[in-house]
Amino acid sequence: MSTTTTRGVAQPAPAKASQARPRRGLRGNPTLNFWLFTGPFLIGLVIFVFVPIVWSVWLSFFDARYTVTPSNFIGLDNYKQILTNSNFPDSLLTFSVFAAFIVPTTWALSLGLALLVNQLRFMRAFFRSVFFLPTAVSYVAAALIWKMSIFSGVRFGLMNTVLGWFGVDNIAYLADPTPPWYWLVIVTLRLWIQSGFYMILFLAALQNIPAELYEAAAIDGAKKGWQTFRYITLPQLRATSTAVILLLLIAAYQAFDEFFNIIGTKATWAQTPLMELYKAALGTNQDYGAGSAGAVILSLLICLVTLIQGKFMGFGRGDESK
Amino acid sequence: MTTTAHHQVGDQRKRARGVLGSTGLYVSVGVAALLFLVPFYLIVRNALSTDPEITGENWKLLPSFQWANISELFDDPTVEFGRSMVNSLVVAVSTTLGTLLVCSMAGYGLARIPYKHANKVFYAVLATLMVPTAVTFVPSFVLVSSLGWVDTYRGLIIPGLFSGFTCFLFRQYFLGFPKELEEAARVDGLGYWGAYWRIVVPNSLNFFAAIATITFISAWNSFLWPLVIGQDPSSWTVQIALSSFMTNQTVNFHLIFMATAISILPLVFVFLFLQRWLVQGIAQTGIKG
Repeated sequence: MSTTTTRGVAQPAPAKASQARPRRGLRGNPTLNFWLFTGPFLIGLVIFVFVPIVWSVWLSFFDARYTVTPSNFIGLDNYKQILTNSNFPDSLLTFSVFAAFIVPTTWALSLGLALLVNQLRFMRAFFRSVFFLPTAVSYVAAALIWKMSIFSGVRFGLMNTVLGWFGVDNIAYLADPTPPWYWLVIVTLRLWIQSGFYMILFLAALQNIPAELYEAAAIDGAKKGWQTFRYITLPQLRATSTAVILLLLIAAYQAFDEFFNIIGTKATWAQTPLMELYKAALGTNQDYGAGSAGAVILSLLICLVTLIQGKFMGFGRGDESK
Repeated sequence: MTTTAHHQVGDQRKRARGVLGSTGLYVSVGVAALLFLVPFYLIVRNALSTDPEITGENWKLLPSFQWANISELFDDPTVEFGRSMVNSLVVAVSTTLGTLLVCSMAGYGLARIPYKHANKVFYAVLATLMVPTAVTFVPSFVLVSSLGWVDTYRGLIIPGLFSGFTCFLFRQYFLGFPKELEEAARVDGLGYWGAYWRIVVPNSLNFFAAIATITFISAWNSFLWPLVIGQDPSSWTVQIALSSFMTNQTVNFHLIFMATAISILPLVFVFLFLQRWLVQGIAQTGIKG
């Protein structure tokens, strides 16, 4: 109480605010300070996030070739066009298959690594670092190594060299889409870059499982290994697992960097949804309308996936309001 | 008493299993680790080789250590590799500092300053998390090019500063920040600004370091936005320069791999030195792209 009085004397202007909240808060007008603190961020957010989103939705209803200030309203034609006259739907389908494959494999590999590392008594930090280190590498750099060294389709490539020891002929991994060996290239690359990051999430979650649960399970006669994993570890990791799966799904639909660099935009196969949008909007046609329509569709799709996942994960958990 | 005895029996059993089990465990972890290290080995090996060594039929484990490849790369007038490294450094450092400043202040405001509409503002920020940043590149490009920011540092840096997600992470962190410290600030008669800079920030350096590391890595590695915005080679970041190597017709393998090695080096350093914060930060916050 006495502090309130002193502050009231020292700072006559915000005294009203201080009286309203006599026991909390710092000196100064909260409303003004709120805007001072959040203002710079909010202005930027409006200009660089909200405006582009609204602009994008707006553009998607206009004939916007080579222009970003179109006047010709064409309704849903851009949507019709990108869904019928382009490879965009194909890319959505391809990447649903890609997601259906890469999500569980990354999940299993990162969980497996976390379980292994978690059991280590010595050199745990060392092995954790080794598996985590690829996270530092960009998809572009990894694409370079994968395309030009490991899976280069000629004899000097690492994969063909190793296969050569077993008498296997050279495989052209990237030159030919049939059989689709390029998926092996892409999937191994993604597994290598992604798994260490998700391993860290699983490690953190594993360390949060109370030891009593395992002790109780041991008393109840659960065998070490599969049974404890099935009935204790896995259920305890549920929240982390769903979060990981959500992130992996979003990342799969947003794939761009390694496909752009390994497959390229000129190929007709393995074009990611973002590559199709890149071609539509920034390619020769500069069709911002169709590109925006595609972006809206892809956003809605990702939102849908997020919402469905969010039901399990509890998206609004951080809402402890004061 | 009984519990200690129980633990001892458990420990002995563990030890007995340990010898057999841990050999298998270390073998499998070791094999996996070797597989994960192969690409790093390839970069270094190829970066320090001559072209015939890289493309030759006979696989040699060790390169001939051509350290001159480094100077050859930086002296090559046809690729502005040094320039692209500088560009990346400027972009990544400014993005990191800017993001920390802007997002941490906003996060603090949302978490700690009593304002009756704070939650509404917070929901507006949350809503932006629903729209994936990669999908907004078309409209963002339209906006940035109409501002005349194509090929500029402004265009590369400023749109990336306003991450709803980083702001969200800071808010969550500040919600858990001990109130007692701010009580002390109140007793000292500090305003929000003073408390923030003199109490809150100095006591949150671990979290700032974690977010800084994550932001730096994603800024350094980002590809799509610099690709869209950097039309002139002088504004290329190192990722765009690397990518252009791949599509070039003349392939100088040793230079390409040296460039790759050098592009990864800063991040490997960041990883090795800041790993404690990085791991802690990721474990705490959960997420990055």
